[in-house]
Amino acid sequence: MRGYLYWIRQVILREFIAIPGRMIAILFFIALFLIPVFTSNPYILRIFTLAAILAVFSASWDVLDGFTGQTNLGHALFFGVSAYTVALLNVNLAWPPHVTIPLGAMAAVLVGLIAGIPALRLRGFYLALVTLAFPIILTGIILFFADFTGGEQGVTGVQRLAVSRTTSYYVIVLSMVFSLFVMYKFTNAGSKWLRVGIILHAIREDEIAARASGINTMVYKLIAFAVSGFFAGVAGGLYAVFMRTVGPSTLELALTFQAILYTIFGGVGTIYGAVAGVYLLYPMIEFMNLYPSIAEYRFILFALILIFILLFMPEGMTRWVRDKIEITCPRCKVINVPWRKTCRICRAQLHLVQTERSAP
Amino acid sequence: MISAIVVNTIVAGVIYATLAIGFSLIFGVAKILNMAHTAFYMVAGFFIYTGLKMGGLPLWLADVVAIVLTTLLAMLCYLIVFDRVKVQASAVMIISIAMAMLFQEILLAKFGAEHRQIRPFFSGYIQLAGTRVTYQHVFAFCSFLVLMAGIWFLLLETKLGKIIRAVSEDPEVVNLVGINVSRICLIAMGISGALAGYAAVFVIPLITLHSMMWVSPLVTILAVVVLGGLGSIRGSIVGAFILAFAETSVSLLIPMGSFLAGAVSLSIMIVVLVIRPEGLLGVVFEEERL
Repeated sequence: MRGYLYWIRQVILREFIAIPGRMIAILFFIALFLIPVFTSNPYILRIFTLAAILAVFSASWDVLDGFTGQTNLGHALFFGVSAYTVALLNVNLAWPPHVTIPLGAMAAVLVGLIAGIPALRLRGFYLALVTLAFPIILTGIILFFADFTGGEQGVTGVQRLAVSRTTSYYVIVLSMVFSLFVMYKFTNAGSKWLRVGIILHAIREDEIAARASGINTMVYKLIAFAVSGFFAGVAGGLYAVFMRTVGPSTLELALTFQAILYTIFGGVGTIYGAVAGVYLLYPMIEFMNLYPSIAEYRFILFALILIFILLFMPEGMTRWVRDKIEITCPRCKVINVPWRKTCRICRAQLHLVQTERSAP
Repeated sequence: MISAIVVNTIVAGVIYATLAIGFSLIFGVAKILNMAHTAFYMVAGFFIYTGLKMGGLPLWLADVVAIVLTTLLAMLCYLIVFDRVKVQASAVMIISIAMAMLFQEILLAKFGAEHRQIRPFFSGYIQLAGTRVTYQHVFAFCSFLVLMAGIWFLLLETKLGKIIRAVSEDPEVVNLVGINVSRICLIAMGISGALAGYAAVFVIPLITLHSMMWVSPLVTILAVVVLGGLGSIRGSIVGAFILAFAETSVSLLIPMGSFLAGAVSLSIMIVVLVIRPEGLLGVVFEEERL
C-alpha cells in the first residue's frame, strides 16, 4: 500500500509537476470541469460550451494544415455536413443524438475522403482553392433543395443533447477532452507505437522526399483528411444538438476562418495551440458583445490580431510562452522548469548556451 | 431567351474578366494569391460613393480619385503586409482574407449594412433583339475593350511590361540582372489595384454597393483564373467568358437556378483542376520542391 502511494507520488512529481506545460494543461481541464460548480449562469455556460465545440473544430483544422501541410480553406464543409446530417436524421427519423452524432461524423469522413481525392493531385494554392469551393457548392445545393433542407432558415427543432444545461456541458467537454487526446496522440511525431505522426510531418516538410523513402503519401494524406473530417464532424454534430438549429451559416467561410484565426493565434502544428487560441479569444469576443459600443469593432480587432500574429509571431502564442516556461536539456532532451540550473535527470548544465554567449 | 443569354454573358464576362486580369497579374508576377482583390474593388466603390455624396465631386473626378486612392491602398498593403510574408503561400492567402475582412468590417462600421446605389454615367437603354441593354452596359463593354488594349500595350510594348513579364517567368534571374524585383512587384500590385478601381468605376453603377459585395465575385474569379490557368491573363479573359456563359445559362434556364450559379462555376473549376491542373492556357507547372 505504502509502496503504491510512493509510486503515485513519484509519478505525479516527475511526470506532471516537473513539466510546466503538462501542469498548465491539467489545471486548465480541472478548471473547465469546475466551471458549472461555481456558476449556473446560462450565458457563461453557453459560451464555454461553444468554446469546447470550436476547440475540437480548430484542432481538427490543425491536424490537416499544421501537421500535414494541406491548407484547407473549406473546413466548414465537414462541420456543416455533419451538422445537417445530425439535424435531418433527428428531425425526420427521430433518431437520438448518441446515434446521430457518430453517423454525422462518419458522413463528414466520407465527404473528407471525397474532398481528399482532388487533394491527392493538388498542392498549395490549387488545393486551397478547391477546398474553398466545396462548402460554397454545398451551400448552393442546400439553398436549391429548400423543401428538404429548410433553405435559408435551416433545420429547426433538433432534439436537445441532455435535459439540463450542465449535463450537456459535461457531455460536450468530455467529448472535447477525448477528441483532443486522440488528435494529440495521432499527430505526435515522437510516438513510439504509432508511425502516422512522423509521416504526416514528413509529408508537410517535403512530400517528394517522403515518397522517395517508400511512404505511400496518398494513403497518409487521405488518412489525415479522414481523421480531420471525423473530428470536425464530431464538432458539427455537437453544435447541431446544442444549438438545436442548423442553417447555411455552418458552411460559411467565416466559420473556417474562425478556426484558422484561433489556430494561428495559438500556434500552428500544436493541438494545444488551437485550444488555447479558442479559450483565450472566443470568450473575449463574446463578452465584447455585451457592450454595444465596442461590439461593432470586434471583427476589426479580430482581423488585426490575425494580421499582427502572422507578421510578427508566426510561430503562435503558445510556442512563445512555452519557450519561456520550459527548457529542454541539451544532453538528454528531458523537459525542465526554467529556474533549474542543472537537468533533473542527467545533471547536465541547462543554460549552457547563454553562458557561452556572455563569455568574452 | 437566346439574346438575353448572349447579352448577360457579355456583361458578366466583362465584369469577371476585368477583376480576373488584376488578380491574375499580381499572382503571375509576385506569386501572391490576393484574396483581398475584390475587397479593393469594393473599397473603390465606396471611395466613389464618398466622393459623390460627401465630397460633392463630379462623377468623373470621383472616379479618378477613387482609382488613384485604390492604387495607393494596394501599394500600401503590399509594403506593410505582403512583402514580409510572400514566401509562405498559405500565410499570404490567410492574411489577404484577413485584410478583406478588415476592409469589410471597417466599411460596415462606417457606412452601415444598407445597400447603396451610384448613379451611372449614362442613363437610358436601347432594345437589342428584344433585350433591354442600358447605355451603362455598352459603356462597360467599351471601357473593357479600352482596358484590354491598354494592358496589351503595357505588357507587350513598354520596357516596364517586358520587366514585369520577365519577373513572372524567373524572378531570380531578373534579380541577377540588377532589377529590384520587390519594386516591380510593388508596381504590379499598384496596377492590380488600379484595375480593381477601374472595374469598380463601370461595374458598381450596374449593381448595388454594400460591405459584403467582395465575397461572391471573389469566388467566381477564383474559378475563372483557375480555369484559364493561374497567372495567364489571356486565359483569365477566356475563362471569364466561359464561366459567365455557364452561370447565366444556369440562372436563366433552370428555375431557382441562381442559387446554383456559383456551384456550377466552382464545379467547373474543380473538374478542370483534376483533369488539367494547369488550366486552359496555363503553362505546365513542374513538381518543384518547396
